[in-house]
Amino acid sequence: MAAERFPIEQGHVMMFARAIGDYNPVYFAEEGAIAPPTFVIADMHFDPESGLRPHPDRQWHGSGKEPTSRPPEGSGGGGGGGMGLHAEETFEIRRPVRVGEVLTKTTLPGETWEREGRRGGKLHFSETLHEYRDESGELVVIARMVGVRTERNPDA
Amino acid sequence: MPLSASKIAVGDTHESIIVEDLKRTQIVQYAGASGDFNPLHTDEPFATIAAGNPSTFAHGMLTMGMTGKMLTDWVGADRVTLYGGRFTAQVWPGDTLSAVATVEAIREENGEHFVDLTISTTNQDGREVFAGRASARIDA
Repeated sequence: MAAERFPIEQGHVMMFARAIGDYNPVYFAEEGAIAPPTFVIADMHFDPESGLRPHPDRQWHGSGKEPTSRPPEGSGGGGGGGMGLHAEETFEIRRPVRVGEVLTKTTLPGETWEREGRRGGKLHFSETLHEYRDESGELVVIARMVGVRTERNPDA
Repeated sequence: MPLSASKIAVGDTHESIIVEDLKRTQIVQYAGASGDFNPLHTDEPFATIAAGNPSTFAHGMLTMGMTGKMLTDWVGADRVTLYGGRFTAQVWPGDTLSAVATVEAIREENGEHFVDLTISTTNQDGREVFAGRASARIDA
């Protein structure tokens, strides 16, 4: 996957800090602001193909006239709603992310594994690693995401 | 104000209520800020009628982000070197969450001091919703 450009913008960090209920002035400073430890997850705004928002040329499965436009068969039910659920996330933070810098993200595939769910049906886990580097190429954050998909309705 | 290795001990805890009566609006705020507009989190008819859930529910990352405030208020926002965990149960509108960090180890590496923490976030029924760990650089 190609590297993605992730500019760290003041308004974006402000909105993110508000959304997590954190009004620490270090996230809002006019000069020298940093971003909260989990902020790099918000890079999906800069992913042109992110499936987690509507796109003008594609069908979106959220409610409109009907509760969903997605056909009833398939993985519609339960937790993941077919998009999978986030099972784990870990950030290895070499230094705080700084407002005003531009990070570059590289995505590396991780391991995949399966186990039986509590209510039957297989759980499919997959790991993805994201490396965020600054303009000088230094590693700033390594994010390790584990997603899970279910074959049948999960309970969580 | 960063922590000092000389002033904390293994077993010390720091706890705070990270949200009371979580509002759907905050979940929507998080969707907007994070870019995760999955209708399971943002769209009540989809979440209930189409997906069969009792209501929308919070992004795991919102719980992790709110839990992070407890962490950074204690160790300093610029001191966190590792923060991760598992989303162990769903968080619903109306939930009140409490987060606690417990000192597991205090160590020195190349002249720098670090604290290792376990982190647990629970809802009003005592059910754990986030099980995590963190490390932070601390003063001597």
